Amino acid sequence: MDKRSLEENFFKFLMIASTALIVAVLSMILLTIIIKGLPHLSWAMFTQTPKTCYYLGKEGGILNSILGSLYLTGGATILAFLLSLPITLYLNVYAKKGSKLAYFTRFTFDVLWGIPSIVYGAFGFTLMLVLGLKCSLLAGMLTVAFLILPIMTRSMDEVIRMVPQPLMDASYALGATRFETAFKVVVRQSLPGISTAVLIAFGRGIGDAASLIFTAGFTDSLPTSLFSPVATLPLTIFFQFSSPIPAVQGRAYAAALILTIIILSISIISRLMTKKFTRHIVR
Amino acid sequence: MTRFFQQFLNFEKIRILKDRFAEKSLFVFMLIFGLALFLIILVLFLRTHPIHTMMTLPNLLFSTVWKPSKGLFGFLPFIAGSLWVTGVAMAIAIPICLLTSLYLVEYAPAKLRELISPLIDILAGIPSVVYGIWGVLAIVPFIKNYLAPLFGISSTGYSIAAGGIVLAIMVFPVIIHISVEILKAVPKDMKDASLALGATKWQTIKHVVMKRAMPGIVAAIVLALSRAFGETIAVLMVVGNVARIPKSLFDPAYPLPALIANNYGEMLSIPMYDSALLFAALLLLLVVLYFNIISRMILSGSKWSSYYYG
Amino acid sequence: MESKGHIKVENLSVFYGKDQALKDISVKIPNKKITVIIGPSGCGKTTLLKSFNRLLDPSDNIKVTGQVLVDGEDIYGPNVEVTRIRKKMGLLSQKPYPLPMSIYDNIAYGPRLHGERNKHKLDRIVEHFLKTASLWEEVKAKLHSPASHLSVGQQQRLCLARGLAVGPEIILGDEPTSALDPKSSQHIEKRFLELKQQYTIIIVTHILRQAKRLADYVLFLYMGRLIEHGPADDIFEDPQEEITKEYIRGIIS
Repeated sequence: MDKRSLEENFFKFLMIASTALIVAVLSMILLTIIIKGLPHLSWAMFTQTPKTCYYLGKEGGILNSILGSLYLTGGATILAFLLSLPITLYLNVYAKKGSKLAYFTRFTFDVLWGIPSIVYGAFGFTLMLVLGLKCSLLAGMLTVAFLILPIMTRSMDEVIRMVPQPLMDASYALGATRFETAFKVVVRQSLPGISTAVLIAFGRGIGDAASLIFTAGFTDSLPTSLFSPVATLPLTIFFQFSSPIPAVQGRAYAAALILTIIILSISIISRLMTKKFTRHIVR
Repeated sequence: MTRFFQQFLNFEKIRILKDRFAEKSLFVFMLIFGLALFLIILVLFLRTHPIHTMMTLPNLLFSTVWKPSKGLFGFLPFIAGSLWVTGVAMAIAIPICLLTSLYLVEYAPAKLRELISPLIDILAGIPSVVYGIWGVLAIVPFIKNYLAPLFGISSTGYSIAAGGIVLAIMVFPVIIHISVEILKAVPKDMKDASLALGATKWQTIKHVVMKRAMPGIVAAIVLALSRAFGETIAVLMVVGNVARIPKSLFDPAYPLPALIANNYGEMLSIPMYDSALLFAALLLLLVVLYFNIISRMILSGSKWSSYYYG
Repeated sequence: MESKGHIKVENLSVFYGKDQALKDISVKIPNKKITVIIGPSGCGKTTLLKSFNRLLDPSDNIKVTGQVLVDGEDIYGPNVEVTRIRKKMGLLSQKPYPLPMSIYDNIAYGPRLHGERNKHKLDRIVEHFLKTASLWEEVKAKLHSPASHLSVGQQQRLCLARGLAVGPEIILGDEPTSALDPKSSQHIEKRFLELKQQYTIIIVTHILRQAKRLADYVLFLYMGRLIEHGPADDIFEDPQEEITKEYIRGIIS
């Protein structure tokens, strides 16, 4: 065997090893969470709020944080959607091709995407002080909305940009204004992509803890008002995991399992939706 | 058949007004959020002002004394902690990700590729708290019981090494995702030309593919670097959080994001503390911003611009 | 009314950035005839066609000088509502682009935009124009299924019906048969020959034989210039310019 193929085989071995390592790590993470979490999973976790002495290992559940997370992230996703859809439509329908402003906006959103969530948390906290808002569902919602806005906008932008120009021209040729073309043709054409973008953003938002530490607070009761603190899954996991009591730690694993399942199902749903929604799509 | 259209001249006007109105308001809208970045920087900057009246910038950045109750805010231990953890993470992630991406694009059978790419997506979706828990359960004991003793050092396991390993895994999807796209975009003709000259596949990869894909891969790495630099919860859970300049891989460290996250409770009780923590946030933001801009510049300046900016 | 549907081009030049795509074109398009624009590829045929309904508008970096007069009105004038101009013209593109909605909604899209809400009227419009495009028999049972499920040939006829449903006086076709199989092409060509009773039709094509089959009037473009124009028989039988002769004899293409 000559030196050339020796080198090739050596690197090929390394490549396969790296790939296998990554797959192994992923399976290890998932297995750890399942093995640790499954025994502690109980119906009560989904149906009850924490009772007295819950954090000492007594009974109760984490319904408060499951609902809290869903409300908070749901609200944030809706807010972010209401902002990012118009922005993306402007970028792709109104802005002229090669417009400096559109380029600059895309660049900004890319950079915003890269900002760590802890910074959004700190920023949200500062804004709260300015606005006189306490740790609350609303404050958390606004912060997460800010956090996922760039993700949603750029993912939507990538999809809406794929809408063929002749399709838009066809609508213009029928006498449609850009506004009508944007909402009746462009949005429909890119619906699967838009819903995927929304789901991706939701998944990112529901798993994030760092932005909520300062802004959402924590509580044992169910979320009732926009202006009261709210419990969220990632923080519940984080706090319970730091407990020295095994039963409480066990619940952290179970909660982590729940959160992971929620996020994985979202990604599966978004894949399925992409398939289902392509009925009307022109390729 | 055409007559009924002519009755709607008025209607026509309304439609056009709607369009104009939408254009103007969407424009304003986009401008506001396009400027959000500057707003964030500005707000953080204004709020960190008090601390600058107390300490000079070099003092803040290079002093090692962190005693908030005495009004001493030296950020060096935290900056060092962040640099160490990020450095270790990148040292682990770069070779593994490059090898994997090359394997997936150049060697792996199509079936395997289709199987692995959703797995990478799953890796990207796992929340950081879960990474943190896994780190504590798997990596920390591994370092305490096997890795540190191997070097003859005793360690609690909560260390830079643990933080670095967890972070490396977290940035895998970032690097692999972009690298794969970049490698796929290398024209087949280019590879064929090299193969036709008698080069082996590996030589082609080494001399042609890598050379062509380099800017894109560098950009992917810089992007991952900035992601790692700002990651909070997972790192905080495994890194030990001791405000000292670390001396070895198995020492605990205290990166900037962990500092901010851990001290939110006391933030308002000690004077200047909030200002100091927001300074940390600003620092984080500016570093990440810098990396991001570099990476996007590389991507948009090179042939890969079409990948990002169409 | 004689001036209806009348397109007149005066000294039209179009620039893409620094490149000049059309050079000083002046021509009158005859009414209720099929005008065919021919010429080698890249000579500006499509650009000229698109300039008629201002579809050159959306993309940046395009400069238009000179005038395109539709019914005596300069459509590049400052106060012109582009939607009104476009409503006067139906467009068929090279590849059919059905809108992402059902067959019915595709046809009803235009009338709805322009204010028609009455369900019965819409039903009548849809039926009428699908019949005009001779698509009705094939789709009447599945009006509410997605238009994207139709074959390409059916899609192109759908696009024709869709364009007619907004009540245009002019039909623009940009190589409208280039994506179709021979049978579907024939179908479309037959529609054009029927429609010229009521509409002014302008078609771009690079197929010389198709031009001969359809044309009443011919424009020959070469490198952005209008070399020659006139009644089809004159141009095909007795071209005046050397370059036109070469093109028609197939020496250049």
